[in-house]
Amino acid sequence: MGSKWNKSNLMGWQFVLLPSALILLFSFYPMIQSLLLSFQSGKGNVYHYVGLSNYARLFSDPMFKQAVLNTLLYLVVQVPIMLMLGLVIAYFLNMPGLKFKGFYRTAIFLPCVTSLVSYAVLFKSIFAVDGILNRMLMSIHIIHEPIAWLMDPVWAKVAIIAAITWRWTGYNMIFYLAAMQNIDPSVYEAASIDGASKTRQFFSITVPMLKPIILFTAIISTNGTLQLFDEVVNITNGGPGNSTMTISQYIYNLSFMYTPNFGYAATVSYAIVIMVAVLAFLQLKVGGEKK
Amino acid sequence: MRKVSAAAIHLFLIIASVVSLFPFVWMLIGMTNSSSDIVKGKFSFGSELSTNMNKLLDMTDLGGAFWNSAVIAVIGTVCTLILSSMAGFGFEIYRTKGKDRLFGILMLSMMMPFAAVMVPLFRMFSSMGMLNTPTAVILPTITTAFMIFFFMQNTKSFPRELLQAGRVDGLGEWRLFTHVYMPTMKPTYAAAAIITFMNYWNSFLWPLIALQTPDKKTLPLIVSSLASSYNPDYGMIMVAIVITTLPTVLIFFLLQKQFVQGMLGSVK
Repeated sequence: MGSKWNKSNLMGWQFVLLPSALILLFSFYPMIQSLLLSFQSGKGNVYHYVGLSNYARLFSDPMFKQAVLNTLLYLVVQVPIMLMLGLVIAYFLNMPGLKFKGFYRTAIFLPCVTSLVSYAVLFKSIFAVDGILNRMLMSIHIIHEPIAWLMDPVWAKVAIIAAITWRWTGYNMIFYLAAMQNIDPSVYEAASIDGASKTRQFFSITVPMLKPIILFTAIISTNGTLQLFDEVVNITNGGPGNSTMTISQYIYNLSFMYTPNFGYAATVSYAIVIMVAVLAFLQLKVGGEKK
Repeated sequence: MRKVSAAAIHLFLIIASVVSLFPFVWMLIGMTNSSSDIVKGKFSFGSELSTNMNKLLDMTDLGGAFWNSAVIAVIGTVCTLILSSMAGFGFEIYRTKGKDRLFGILMLSMMMPFAAVMVPLFRMFSSMGMLNTPTAVILPTITTAFMIFFFMQNTKSFPRELLQAGRVDGLGEWRLFTHVYMPTMKPTYAAAAIITFMNYWNSFLWPLIALQTPDKKTLPLIVSSLASSYNPDYGMIMVAIVITTLPTVLIFFLLQKQFVQGMLGSVK
């Protein structure tokens, strides 16, 4: 029995070796390359070590500062709005006896099937100065003159946040719905008998029971937002005047748009690596507590 | 009181649904209007559809781009499914400390931002002379820790007696994988296929870097480059967007259950 098990244990390695090697080659190896590159400077294929000078440059680079601030702003404003919205929608959709559930769920989830480029361009046309959104807002008297959405540093950020929220709320909602269906309905019944209102039940039953999944979606959304690229490039291309540029876009520009500077680009990319790691750690600390 | 709150909930959900669906309606309407009407916010069907389509076909190699996208998405999906399910099968069925440790390391790749690996990947493919090929687009994500994890989680409920029975019948381990595991796990493969296909079909940043000549471009690259011109022609862009979106919308409606399952992935 033992030898047979050992044999099949060895057999197991032949299934995992190739896939593992591919991940090591296409994720881990470039990560190390990138780290080495972050201490180098040069042109073409000639690079030489320059110590920490790329890292020193980060601190005096206004564009880097702008890109980090923009990215953090998207993170701090957009992620909570989206998660909250997803949670509330899922809570409503999970109410027993609600009509047209299937329709609402499908409609709100549908944005998730669009490609990031396509929806970004769609929103760019919706946010045109004389475009449909301004026309609608004016016709219901929310605004009196058109907003130059994509030409204004603040409104452009609002537009991007609105677009991302449109695309990803349904995605998060699906996670919450699946988790809510696992909550025993008798918990709610007991709460109702005790006279707890729906709002009260939401905050003292649903949210606490969903904590692990909320944490999970917070981590993936944070990860996604820190890597934001497609939307910003296609809605504003970072403008006006870099006011919407993200870190990923800055890295792309440093590598492929301006005179290529792979060394410094790699240094900037490690800024994201550190941010992803720190934020995931913090979220696990805050959300996970001691389990 | 009860009725009021039910009405409020419906109102909220109706608004959310309308907002969610609006851009889809907008692209269908936009497809039939001229660019100047689109930026003026005309919200009714027009008669420019054939003009827009002809312009798009003149300006771009649309068929070629569709073909490029399809080749990358289909071949990429098939390879990813085979490799990830192999690993998921291996890690879960032949579980050992050593393999668990390796998998733990692989999971770290999920936290690696793509922006941090794109430059080394670019240099790697360039030194191998493989830039500007579908292979270059497919390879970096041909196996992902996420997909392996997805297969591992679903393998937990795989009936292991089937393997034992197969061994008694004299099947080798590879045969068990291809003839017992794969057919049993069809629903998992379906869900994984949808998500992987979507990821390849919609990917933008890496193809933007890896594909350089117009004849190799995929649909998202075409849409992006049309829209980034100084004075974009939205009429024909809308047609391109509809064509890009149609396959994934169709897959969604045909395979809604597997689609959602794939999205939820390994969280259960």
